[in-house]
Amino acid sequence: MSTTRTRRAPRPAAAPDPRAAHRLALLESMLRVRRFEERCVELYSAARIRGFMHLYIGEEAVAVGVNEALTDEDAVVSTYREHGHALARGVPAEAIMAEMFGRVTGCSRGRGGSMHLFDAGRRFYGGNAIVGGGLPLAAGLALADRMTGRNRVTCCFFGDGAFAEGEFHETANLAALWRLPLLLVCENNLYAMGTALARHQAETDLALRAAGYGMVSWAVDGMDVFAVEDAARRATEGVRAGTGPHFLEMRTYRFRAHSMYDSDRYRDKAEIDHWKERDPVEGLARLLREASELTDEARAALEDRLAAEIDAAVDAAEQAPEEPVEDLLTYVTSPVEVNRP
Amino acid sequence: MTATHTRSTAPATPIAPATPTSPSAPTSPSAPTASSVPSGCKTTYREAMREALREALRGDERVFLMGEDVGRYGGCFGVSLGLLEEFGPERIRDAPLSESGFVGAGIGAALAGMRPVVEIMTVNFSLLALDQILNNAATLLHMSGGQLPVPIVIRMTTGAGRQLAAQHSHSLEGWYAHIPGLRVLAPATLTDARYMLAPALADPDPVLVFEHGSLYNVSGDLPADAGPVGIERAAVRRPGTDVSVITYGGSLPKALAAADDLARAGISAEVIDLRTLRPLDDATIGESVARTHRAVVVDEGWRTGSLAAEISARLAEQHFYDLDAPVERVCSAEVPVPYARRLEEAALPQAATIVTAARRAVGEPLPATAGPAEPQPVDRGVGGAG
Repeated sequence: MSTTRTRRAPRPAAAPDPRAAHRLALLESMLRVRRFEERCVELYSAARIRGFMHLYIGEEAVAVGVNEALTDEDAVVSTYREHGHALARGVPAEAIMAEMFGRVTGCSRGRGGSMHLFDAGRRFYGGNAIVGGGLPLAAGLALADRMTGRNRVTCCFFGDGAFAEGEFHETANLAALWRLPLLLVCENNLYAMGTALARHQAETDLALRAAGYGMVSWAVDGMDVFAVEDAARRATEGVRAGTGPHFLEMRTYRFRAHSMYDSDRYRDKAEIDHWKERDPVEGLARLLREASELTDEARAALEDRLAAEIDAAVDAAEQAPEEPVEDLLTYVTSPVEVNRP
Repeated sequence: MTATHTRSTAPATPIAPATPTSPSAPTSPSAPTASSVPSGCKTTYREAMREALREALRGDERVFLMGEDVGRYGGCFGVSLGLLEEFGPERIRDAPLSESGFVGAGIGAALAGMRPVVEIMTVNFSLLALDQILNNAATLLHMSGGQLPVPIVIRMTTGAGRQLAAQHSHSLEGWYAHIPGLRVLAPATLTDARYMLAPALADPDPVLVFEHGSLYNVSGDLPADAGPVGIERAAVRRPGTDVSVITYGGSLPKALAAADDLARAGISAEVIDLRTLRPLDDATIGESVARTHRAVVVDEGWRTGSLAAEISARLAEQHFYDLDAPVERVCSAEVPVPYARRLEEAALPQAATIVTAARRAVGEPLPATAGPAEPQPVDRGVGGAG
C-alpha cells in the first residue's frame, strides 16, 4: 500500500483541539454507515426490505474520507453499493430507509430501492447498478462544469470490477483528453462480485494502469480514513486547479458478502479475518480511545444517538405511505407539455 | 502529455468538404456558409439539418454538438460542415470513438444543465451506447422519482439503400421506440429536417432523431410557409380514400411513389408519415383507417417484432371493426442487409412491393407486371463515409 500513512496518536490537550473534533466527526460518520447497514441486515432478514442489497461494511473509510474533500457544490456519482456514499454525502438516513421500504418519502419515491438512491439537491447522482455505467455520466457532469467555467468537482465511485468495463477505458481517456474536473475513486475491494482481482485483471496494479491514461493516479490505503481524506484533498485540489482528472485506487475490502444472496464461497475465512483486523471504524475508535479523545462514555453516547437516529428512520419509513398505484407511470416522462404547433 | 494530439483551435482557413459524394450528386455538401436558408429557397435535407443545428447553437449557449468527426471532418454525412468555424471546438466537439463514453457524457452534461446534441454515425454503432441510452437516459427520471430529467438529443443515421452492407444499414429505430422514457423522431421531409430539432431540444426528456441515410441528398424548396413544427402528431402527406399507407423516414418517398402508381390504377391511397415513432399518434392513424378501412404499414425494420407489428396490433385492438381487409405489412426481409445492389434492393421495402400490398388490401387483382420480382430502383442517395 504505497501511500499508507501511520498517524501518531495525538496527545490530549487542555484546550479543545479542532483536529480532535474532526477525528470524532469522521468516526461518527463511519459509524453511522456501519450501524445503518447492520440495521438493514436485520430488516432484510425480516423481509421488510427486499430486492438486491449490497453492504458497504468494511469500506466506510473511503466514502467518509473522500466526502471530506468535497463541497456542497460538487457532484457525486455512485454505484449499487452506495448506502455509505449517500449517508456520507448527507442524504438523510430517513430518506434512504424509506426508499428501501419502497415508500413515497424515499429519496427516489420508491422507484429505486437500495441500488438507486438519488438526491438532486445534494448533487448526489445516484446509484448505478450497471457496473461502470456511472462513469460516462460523471464525465458529462464534469464536462458541463468545464464548458460553463464552474469550478466544481465531480466525484465518481466505482469498483475494481468496473475497471474491466469498456466504459472505464472510454471515460478515462475522454476525461484525460479533455482535462475534465473529475475525481475517479476506484474502490478496489479485491473482488468483482465473486471473482478475485487476479482472476479478472491481467495487471492488478490499477493505479499504475490508470496513470497510463495521462491522469494523476495514486494508490491509497482505503482502510485508513486519514489516508483517504488526505489523498482526496490533494486530488481535489489538483482537479480544482485545472490539472485534469485524478484517479485514486482505494485499496479496501468488504467484510460482508457481495449481496444478501451471496453465500461467500469464494473467499477464505482467514482472508476476511485478516482484513477485519484492519477495520477502519474500530481502528479509528481504538486510536481515539488511546489518545483519550474518546471515552467509553462518549462512545456509548454516540452509539445511543446513532441508534435513535436509525430507529427514527425505521419508524418513519414504516409509517410513510406507499406511492399510490395510480401514479405508476408518473416520471416516465416529464410532466411538461411539449410545445405544439 | 497530449499536446501533440489535442485538437487545435478552429483552423484559419475553411476546411475542404470532406464527405465523399457521388460525382453526379447535385447537392453535395457546399462550402461553409453563414447564411441561413430562408423558406421558399432550394435546400437539401442535409442543409436543412445543418440550419436547424445552427439556429439552435446561435439561440442557446447551452446547446453543443458532440460526436465522432462532427468538427474538422464536418460530420460523417456532412451535416455539421462549417459549424466548427462558426462555433469553435468547445461547442462542435469531436469525440473519440467511444460511443458509450460520449453518449454518457452527453447525458451527464444534460443533467448539469446543458442541452447536448450528440451525433452517432449510424444506428448500428449506437448499440455500443445502448447501455447509456436505455439504462441512464431513458431511466434516470423515473428511477430518481422525478428528480433527474435528461434533456439530451441524440441524432443518428439509419437505414439501408446505399450498399453499405450489414453493419451500416439496419433500421433499429423500432427497438428504441420500445423504450419508455424516450421520444423517437424520424424526420422525412425538408420541413421536418429543418424544424424538428428545436422542439426536440425544448423537450425536457431524451429525444432520439433518426435520419435515413438516403434522405440527406434529397433536395427541393423549403415550403414558403415552413415554420415551427410539433413533435406529437403524425402527418397526412397525401390524402386518399381507399387505403392508408402508414410509414415514416426513408420509406416515405417510396410510399408516395407507390401512391402515384396506385392513383394511375384508380386506387386512392392516403399516405401517413408517422414522424414520431414514440409515442405513436394513434389518433391520426385511427382516423385515417376509420375512413379507408384498409391499412398497409411500411417499415424498413425487420418484420418480426417490428414497429409495423406494433401498429398492426394497435389497429387490431382499436379498429378491428373498421377494417375491411387484413392489415398488410411491407418490411425488410429477415436477413442482414446484403451488399450486392440487387440483393439489397430485394431485401428492402420498395414502391412496387407497397403497390402490391395495397392492391391486395383493396382486393384489386394484381396486374401481371406488378409484384416483387423486379424491384424498382431506389434513391441512390450518397453521402456516407466511414
